[in-house]
Amino acid sequence: MTTENTWQTICPTSDLIKNSGVCAILANQEQVALFQVGDDTIYAVANFDPFGKANVLYRGLIGETKGDVYVASPLLKQRFVLNTGACLDDGTLAIKTYQTRITDGKLEIFG
Amino acid sequence: MSRQPQKIVVVGNGMVGHHFVDEMAKHAGYEITVLSAEDRLAYDRVHLSEYFSGKTADDLAMTTPAYYNEIGVKFFTNAKVTDIDKAAKIVTTETGDTFAYDKLVMATGSYPFVPPIPGKERDHCLVYRTIQDLEDIQASAKAGKVGVVVGGGLLGLEAANALKELGLQTHVVEFAPQLMGVQLDKDGGALLRSMIEGIGVQVHTQKATNEIVDGETCVHRMNFADGTHLETDVILFSAGIRPYDNLAREFDLAVGERGGIVVDNNCKTSDKNIYAIGECALWNNFIFGLVAPGYTMAKVTADNIIGGEQQFTGADMSTKLKLMGMDVGSIGDAHGRTQGCKSYVYSNQPDQIYKKIVVSANGKELIGAVLVGDTSEYDTLLQYALNGIELPENPDGLILPTSGEKPTLGVDALPNTATICSCLNVTKGDIIAAIDCGAVDVGEVKSSTKAGTGCGGCAALLKKVTDHELEKRGVEINTDLCEHFAYSRVELFHIVKAEQIKTFDVLIEKHGSGLGCEICKPAAASILASVWNDYILKADHVSLQDTNDVFLGNMQKDGTYSVVPRMPGGEVTPDKLIVIGEVAKEYKLYTKVTGGQRIDLFGARVDQLPAIWKRLIDAGMETGHAYGKSLRTVKSCVGSTWCRYGQQDSMAMAIFLEDRYKGLRSPHKIKFAVSGCTRECAEAQSKDIGIIATENGWNLYVSGNGGMKPRHGDLFATDLDDETLVKYIDRYLMFYVRTADRLTRTSVWLENLAGGLAYMEKIVKDDHLGINAELEKQMQNVVDTYQCEWKTTIESTEQLKRFRQFVNSDTVDGNIEFVTERDQIRPAQGDEKKYGVQIQAVDLTLA
Ligand SMILES: Cc1cc2nc3c(=O)[nH]c(=O)nc-3n(C[C@H](O)[C@H](O)[C@H](O)COP(=O)(O)OP(=O)(O)OC[C@H]3O[C@@H](n4cnc5c(N)ncnc54)[C@H](O)[C@@H]3O)c2cc1C
Repeated sequence: MTTENTWQTICPTSDLIKNSGVCAILANQEQVALFQVGDDTIYAVANFDPFGKANVLYRGLIGETKGDVYVASPLLKQRFVLNTGACLDDGTLAIKTYQTRITDGKLEIFG
Repeated sequence: MSRQPQKIVVVGNGMVGHHFVDEMAKHAGYEITVLSAEDRLAYDRVHLSEYFSGKTADDLAMTTPAYYNEIGVKFFTNAKVTDIDKAAKIVTTETGDTFAYDKLVMATGSYPFVPPIPGKERDHCLVYRTIQDLEDIQASAKAGKVGVVVGGGLLGLEAANALKELGLQTHVVEFAPQLMGVQLDKDGGALLRSMIEGIGVQVHTQKATNEIVDGETCVHRMNFADGTHLETDVILFSAGIRPYDNLAREFDLAVGERGGIVVDNNCKTSDKNIYAIGECALWNNFIFGLVAPGYTMAKVTADNIIGGEQQFTGADMSTKLKLMGMDVGSIGDAHGRTQGCKSYVYSNQPDQIYKKIVVSANGKELIGAVLVGDTSEYDTLLQYALNGIELPENPDGLILPTSGEKPTLGVDALPNTATICSCLNVTKGDIIAAIDCGAVDVGEVKSSTKAGTGCGGCAALLKKVTDHELEKRGVEINTDLCEHFAYSRVELFHIVKAEQIKTFDVLIEKHGSGLGCEICKPAAASILASVWNDYILKADHVSLQDTNDVFLGNMQKDGTYSVVPRMPGGEVTPDKLIVIGEVAKEYKLYTKVTGGQRIDLFGARVDQLPAIWKRLIDAGMETGHAYGKSLRTVKSCVGSTWCRYGQQDSMAMAIFLEDRYKGLRSPHKIKFAVSGCTRECAEAQSKDIGIIATENGWNLYVSGNGGMKPRHGDLFATDLDDETLVKYIDRYLMFYVRTADRLTRTSVWLENLAGGLAYMEKIVKDDHLGINAELEKQMQNVVDTYQCEWKTTIESTEQLKRFRQFVNSDTVDGNIEFVTERDQIRPAQGDEKKYGVQIQAVDLTLA
């Protein structure tokens, strides 16, 4: 079974935590890690850690190296660039990224 | 077809015999049997005297039955060999047991020489060689007031120090005109004498003892050849050593004129199947009374047995040591006996310093040195002597005090053959090889070459050589925390304090660049917590913390957390235990008792944590900080409250300390233990802070470690009262918190600290830096502002919002699945998982 992708309303933007992550679940049960960096940048990537094989990426620390903003997995510390999903520690892997937008103070994810 | 293993029998399990076993066991195909005449396995004789300053026989042990079992070595204690049948290749012990050998290794060491003085067999006339001897000395000292050491050599002075520490009025009686005649020249010996007399030990030179008879005021009276006499209760003979070569004599192996089993460069005796190593061996008509040459012989022998060609070619006898707190060093031809040599002398009576160097006739080479009162140039001088490095034009510059930088020898000048660590025989070349194989710091060089793991005297030189070689290869010795801060943790700590910085944003704005990362954020959080002790999940701090600190639990492999309530000292009431059981049952948590004497509950989902903790806190428990870089537990035994051996109330002390230091954020986790007596049931010596009760108070051990790199704690202070104990711990820990690098345990921190233990003693005990009041105040602030983080968290609706898996749903994470094993849960693995949606990562290699 496949479902058509649509914009899904997730939560008020006030539920996000600055410079830290929260997690949302989509209609198809996919988990998305949401990060607010600074006052107005929001990133959405898959919450599943492909190394640790657990839904934990939203609990990782946000870091930056040479301008790339990434999340470091709380399990084994692999780093994933938030706007591309690329893994900085293993060039053969990337995690899924999602589009986001804000409508009437609510965060929406395309997924 | 498999070959029969060759049988290797080792006679004697002293330091050298043990070293041989270690070397031999590296090779497969040999069956090693060790026969020890003593009632225990090998121990560290070099540090024997530390037995009197609190080390136990276990501390001195160099091996254990378990270790020998593990490496497949058979061993027998109380097994003195009394017969060797060279033809049949069989040895027999006193008890009549026989052992066949293919190769026999004699490592019987030596025994103290007792001059044939009438009366030498009287009670309380003892020697100084084995642990048994020390026990006897201790017993004799208890009953007496006065002690005499016969012999003013290196070992005699060490023995005199022991008598003095046992509280005896101490005398040294020496036949020769000076002390330490082997190592020191006349003037050096004279200075040493006046220093020793300065601390209350009386020295009598040129005294020959005629007889020992009943005393009038003491047990014995020693009558000297010159008509004088001395009364004493205890006599220790330390008049030189004699090799244990009796077996060789009896069973026809060649022995030297003045004793010693004759060996060749392969350490082989006159029988091709028998080797001799260590202090029983006579090489080139010389017996080496030091452990390092023995180790080299052990290595050579093992190599020969496997068919190698290593040779023993002699060893350097230079020594540097601390005698009764005084520095003494001797290199090569200390007496200047070489033909045509010249010497330079520097003597400073007010400061009690004497230095002499002996140079070759052409003035180009250093061939000897004597240092008394100050041995800081020893390393440099030794390198000149060992490597034949050409001396500067004015060699006296090497020992003269200068106002500026001392002319130390650049490590570049050392040849690759230069020995850096003489205990383990590691050369500069070995260090370079280790670096070529990838070692990137001193720690790694140490673990791959073993350099610096013997007496530790080469630590400074080892670091210099390593750093220099790394720099040559363009490796920057970079202490920057990460790309965002060009400071070390220590520097950041000072900045935070000095500028009263309270948030990460201000810190990075003023002193860093970029947004920060998973290295600098938690480090800054820890510093801010140590200095200000704010609630770690304040809005300003929450984004800095590792997940363990954010969710106040240890994240497990499946993303669930462990729950560990504090149980100070391992004490728990039945009621609390029942609540823990009920919680575990209700939330189906895996339950295990930990090594830190408390209970871990595993498998709590993030959304369950607040409810679980509410139950525990309502029952009077609090967070155990099992997740934090902070105090974990204070392990203890019941002490004098219940135990019939207990010396003090270790239980109450453990609880007091755990309550005092709980919540202290530090560079790494900290573990304590308090034992009620020297039986050490709480294993305090393997902890960062270890405390052992004595009859008079507490002995404090510091910087021990279990775990990956076990380290015995160093004895820091003895017989402390409660108040001083706490003060010392406050200061020690706060200094560690201030100065250690991130993720550095106290053990590694202390080992890398310039000045080491002695420096810490100066700071903590003598207030060397004048900061003790401040350290105590800072610690008191941490104690006073303590809060249970879980209590604060469950009382805040704002905080509780973070403990949801999903911002947009109350469902739980379907990917967390358990299976049952031994009646409890464990995470499902691989195919055991049935539900849960996993978003597979994109495999870029296929794209
Ligand atoms: C107080 C003290 C301080 C010292 N300080 C230093 C120092 O600072 N630096 C340094 O380099 N050296 C020092 N030494 C010397 C060092 O301890 C020795 O060089 C070293 O122990 C020699 O090792 P070994 O194995 O040859 O002999 P030992 O350690 O004496 O071991 C020999 C063992 O063989 C056993 N044995 C003997 N005969 C038999 C038999 N027939 N059957 C079975 N077993 C037998 C003995 O009981 C003994 O256990 C010190 C020694 C002492 C006593």
